[in-house]
Amino acid sequence: MLKQDVRDQLTAIVGEENLLDSQQDLIAYSYDSTPDFQELPDAVIKPRHTEDVSAIMKVLNEEKLPLVPRGNATNLCAGTTPLEGGVVMIFNHMNKLLEIDEENLTATVQPGLITQDLITEVETRGLFYAPDPSSMKISTIGGNINEGSGGLRGLKYGVTRDYVMGLEFVMPNGDIVRTGGKLAKDVAGYDLTRLMIGSEGTLGVLTEATMKLIPKPETKKTMLALYHNLESAGDTVSTIIANKIIPATLEFLDQPTIRVVEDFAQIGLPTDVGAILLIEQDGPPEVVDRDMVKMKEICEQTGAMSADIAATPEEGAALTAARRSALSALARMKPTTILEDATVPRSKVAEMVRAIEEIAENNNVEICTFGHAGDGNLHPTCMTDARDREEMKRVEQAFEDIFAKAIELGGTITGEHGVGAMKSPYLSWKVGDTGVNVMREIKKAFDPNNIMNPGKMFAKDEKFRVVVEK
Amino acid sequence: MTANKEQYRAEVTKQFQEKMDYDELLNCMRCGFCLPHCPTYIETDGNEAASPRGRIALMKAVVDGKMEPDEDFEAQLSLCLGCRACEPVCPSGVKYGHLLEEAVDILQQNKEHSMPVKMFRSFLFDHVFPKPERMRQLNGLMWFYQKSGIQKAARTMNLTKIAGGHMAQMERVLPEIPSPRRMKQRPRRVEAEGERKKTVAFFSGCLMDTMFMDTNDETLYLLKKAGCDVVIPEKQNCCGAIHAHSGEKEQAKELAKQNIAAFEEGDYDYIISNAGGCGAVLDEYDHLLKDDPDWSERAKAFAGRVMDISEILYDAGLPPMELDAQIVTFQDSCHLRNVMGTASAPRKLLHQIEGVTFVETAEADRCCGSAGTYNLIEEEMSMQILDHKMENIDRTAATTVVTANPGCLLQMKLGVEREDKTSTMEAVHIVDLLAKAVRYKEEKTGSPV
Repeated sequence: MLKQDVRDQLTAIVGEENLLDSQQDLIAYSYDSTPDFQELPDAVIKPRHTEDVSAIMKVLNEEKLPLVPRGNATNLCAGTTPLEGGVVMIFNHMNKLLEIDEENLTATVQPGLITQDLITEVETRGLFYAPDPSSMKISTIGGNINEGSGGLRGLKYGVTRDYVMGLEFVMPNGDIVRTGGKLAKDVAGYDLTRLMIGSEGTLGVLTEATMKLIPKPETKKTMLALYHNLESAGDTVSTIIANKIIPATLEFLDQPTIRVVEDFAQIGLPTDVGAILLIEQDGPPEVVDRDMVKMKEICEQTGAMSADIAATPEEGAALTAARRSALSALARMKPTTILEDATVPRSKVAEMVRAIEEIAENNNVEICTFGHAGDGNLHPTCMTDARDREEMKRVEQAFEDIFAKAIELGGTITGEHGVGAMKSPYLSWKVGDTGVNVMREIKKAFDPNNIMNPGKMFAKDEKFRVVVEK
Repeated sequence: MTANKEQYRAEVTKQFQEKMDYDELLNCMRCGFCLPHCPTYIETDGNEAASPRGRIALMKAVVDGKMEPDEDFEAQLSLCLGCRACEPVCPSGVKYGHLLEEAVDILQQNKEHSMPVKMFRSFLFDHVFPKPERMRQLNGLMWFYQKSGIQKAARTMNLTKIAGGHMAQMERVLPEIPSPRRMKQRPRRVEAEGERKKTVAFFSGCLMDTMFMDTNDETLYLLKKAGCDVVIPEKQNCCGAIHAHSGEKEQAKELAKQNIAAFEEGDYDYIISNAGGCGAVLDEYDHLLKDDPDWSERAKAFAGRVMDISEILYDAGLPPMELDAQIVTFQDSCHLRNVMGTASAPRKLLHQIEGVTFVETAEADRCCGSAGTYNLIEEEMSMQILDHKMENIDRTAATTVVTANPGCLLQMKLGVEREDKTSTMEAVHIVDLLAKAVRYKEEKTGSPV
């Protein structure tokens, strides 16, 4: 509960109707999509514009109360769970697409805009916003920027990070800062835009963003390749890239995932399939056709059992069924589904997947792996039950082993989900103690009172994951 | 808080802990994929508590003892349409509808209703819906109201407006009630015309077989035309949908048993329903009776044979159809789409009608706000949803809005009435339109095809 005078100050800014603190509101904003994390905030606030945000931050900074900016809470790193209480800020009023500039190819948006709404709107004008996280139908651009979200098209088109040209954000002390702009080139000072991307709400509150757009690809084609074993699929990936083809999508499923998918969706996958690659190319028709033919050849040469190119978009959709139902199939198996995103250089994908299978066996847990083979971003997914504390310990051990292996292969602990509270104990594994120290100093410079999303990014105790008891 | 209220909340909490399916609550991984499909989440401008993910979190919080089942909680569950649009899009396959039904049942059974409310509920749930005889009597009263001149008098004297809310509009959109004499002479068997392709049993429904009797007659006509022998088991009763959704689960179970028994006699391929809301409940009798060892297997056998009228008509095939040139659109019945999984068959049938231009309405898969008794209980939200729905329908320029469930049909008629479009737009049941199209073609070609 907020102290009455703080509550009064906040409602004086946004109005009584934009401050929620009933029992049910606090429950409804106590979680995100990360299993096993939940904590009640003291209130939920809905600013109407940047000036509201600035005024709110002044109050909270004075009172040293935590502030957690939240999009639609689809993140998988406990990034928007209010672990230390305080105020959750939501952007239901700040969800507009402010401008599409067809001369400069930019879109200026408010943080609460739904990713899919941006994609749909720009595509009606023959333009393209490429980042496509799986949650895009409900995720927000503000959330995408804060978490540094990726997506299926990352290999060819890059990720959210590559599309942010300028930002407006509010500092914890209420100062309003503007960075970048509709500029392809801009080296005036430190790159604060990049610093804010993936900062997980620990530095300031995003209030506006200018995003880069590109022309919409003319056509797209889809191919599905089946393999007896993982290593052949890995060969295909490396050979495609070595042939200087960058496909729009290059997704894979491992054997445990395929078995679960077939059980669930019964789409007629042969049972002896050891790996599946889903390959898409987009662009001008002649380039797409040439690349698809070449990639089919490569699949066959590197040992694919079969490689089928869809003749129509409908057939294409049917081929993507296995990949699309992967998460559904896995999520139905057990009450708790933990989806991680260890990432390795793409040449190491097969090796990493093998290692994950061994790690799962050693720790006696069930892990299926699918993900973005093209950019080395894997989604080892563990089906478990959060109530089984003994098994949860083994699950944590398995993920710790996976992170260690990813680092050993030159990879990272998280490719697109963020650190949050979920992976903060492992941050130093990737960036080293000196790296963590630099980050802590930056955090202090921005937020000396540590009110911005506290408990995230930096662990109290390194190396051991914090599991919040329910 | 009064001692009474405290006791009530403690009892509700206890029953939540005993009865709610905790595995199903945990099965929600909170991914949020349901949010963009939830009408109340959208209409409340993104209030998390008014979303499926939010409501599941609230139910779980009550079970976990983290939250008192207070008035807000009850209001939030009441605001849910129960359209179940969240289910087909849920990666984990959470059966939200089952969770909601159980929660509403617990709240309802512990409720201290005021005497008039109690009597009304008992009248409706114990004495009207489960008793075909009473349904007929009640219809008889309404028939008398419409035919005797009272309706005309009431309208002239503005009495219907005094009744408040949208009751006046509602009263105007009720169909012409069949006479008591007609209602007594229901057929029990209909023979296929031409080659017999299938034998089916028809679930006639309580509202459909009284207020919408014409639509039931047309259903039999179409089945006959499609080459189906039809049996209409006599001892069938109300499907129990209204009971199950209003927290009267035990009665819903009793009705389910009566229907299962009624349909066990005879040999036929499918049990056909022409109301999405009824069909979905019939389709889930196996879930309703899953804990009853004497009935669970029988319920499974029953549920496995339930099929919507549009599916069988599309499969078996109708004779050629034609209508005057017109634009037609289709409003999904939520339970038909989200529970029975029927969405393409009605559209394909409409495409088969010569002269008809089918235009898809944006968000046709979103609830119209009828939702059983919802438009009476949550009037404000229901009308807000309906008005948005009508805006989308207007954009299609359709003159005919086709529905597949009596509740949706009445709601769409209400929408037309509210927009003052009764002279240019009509809401119909799909069966009535198809039957009209078959007859039109027959008359045009001069002989039954």
